[in-house]
Amino acid sequence: MKAPSVDYVKVFSLAEALDLLDQHGDRAALLAGGQSLMPMLNMRLAAPEVLIDINGLSDLATIAVTEAGTSIGALVRHVDLERSDEVRNRLPLVHMAVPWMAHPAIRNRGTFGGSIAFADPAAELPACCLALDANIQVANRSQTRTIAAADFFCGLYTTAIRPGEIVLGANFPMRQPNDRSAFAELARRHGDYALVGLAAHGRLNDSRLAGLNLVFFAIGATPVLARRAASILCREQVSRGLIAEAQDALKHDLSPDDSLNTSGDMKLHLARVLLGRVTSSLLNSTPL
Amino acid sequence: MADRLRIAFHLNGIQTTREVFARVHLADFLRQEMGLTGTHLGCEHGACGACSVRLDGAVVRGCLILAVQVDGRSVDTIEGLSDAGELASLQGAFHRRNALQCGFCTPGMLLTAAELIERERRPDRRQIREYLSGNLCRCTGYHAIVDAVDEVCRDRDAGGAVC
Repeated sequence: MKAPSVDYVKVFSLAEALDLLDQHGDRAALLAGGQSLMPMLNMRLAAPEVLIDINGLSDLATIAVTEAGTSIGALVRHVDLERSDEVRNRLPLVHMAVPWMAHPAIRNRGTFGGSIAFADPAAELPACCLALDANIQVANRSQTRTIAAADFFCGLYTTAIRPGEIVLGANFPMRQPNDRSAFAELARRHGDYALVGLAAHGRLNDSRLAGLNLVFFAIGATPVLARRAASILCREQVSRGLIAEAQDALKHDLSPDDSLNTSGDMKLHLARVLLGRVTSSLLNSTPL
Repeated sequence: MADRLRIAFHLNGIQTTREVFARVHLADFLRQEMGLTGTHLGCEHGACGACSVRLDGAVVRGCLILAVQVDGRSVDTIEGLSDAGELASLQGAFHRRNALQCGFCTPGMLLTAAELIERERRPDRRQIREYLSGNLCRCTGYHAIVDAVDEVCRDRDAGGAVC
């Protein structure tokens, strides 16, 4: 199918974008990388009256390192994350996740802000934001506010972004020397939507895990924190038995539904497999 | 009804000006307005890779970008890159290795493979498969395509022709 008739405005300032968004309300759609919006237009799942092209807002296309941490602008493209030394050194979880995101041609266009604003339940970046306790900045015409990732992803394709707001980017806390990250994903074909994925981040102190966030994705309406499994893994020095106990606890943390290709039971099994792999990676990953 | 919008851009190196409706994606525009039918349309939602073109040097899905968005940019299609000889080594290897049957996916395969070869000095077969994972082929089973790309990389590594 073909996209419906639509008006198009390219903006070159945030103020202009916010004014247009205010003026058109939900009749407008923001066009960033377009790698989710364009399929929806082509399939007529979305029919906005006006597209506000924000690709000209170059201020939002930067990765910056400050004392407060690392910030990623909304218009940073996946390929830029993939190639960034700052991301590799300071956000290794994101660096590990990017090659799993769709295909190279999609990564050349898709944006960080687009991915988190769209909040696909199978997407990697929302899970990374939650695992790394990122704070997401959004702005409307009168104010800028910050939303913790834990409060940002509210439901299926649903976020805490209010009408009239634009995502500016996210800030990730400064990485500490004993921080450890690991990422794993299973998909039918490399680059396809995940069957199940796991983004994990915590600290390793004298062979014991602490402050562990285990974030599963493609297994619920939003990225899901596996709290019971994480607390088990932090209880004592990790052993085979402890991993098995944490794997068993996943049936309380996760309640996957059957999907077209995968039963809920299969997803739960795959989640257990990923937890085993990721725990091993956390223990063996190299420090900063 | 939305108005037509004027765009000025470089198409295969040639300054081009047209008026387009905002709803038209780049691949349709190239095929229908510019007569460049080497850019193919398979799924029109970003899954198949048949519509791959280069935008400012990077391979993108022609169906996932609007024609109006290329204003001020540079677009290269299979026609321009083939005529420039930029894909000659890959095209030769695809021919020798029978890396195509119907040919529908081939323009996209060539563009994507060329980008991999530009970014990686000596990709292994796993990297080749991963890089081409976004381009679907319904004929070959991919093996011959991976062989062809691998051959070009090995030849280059051995000091042969640069693609």
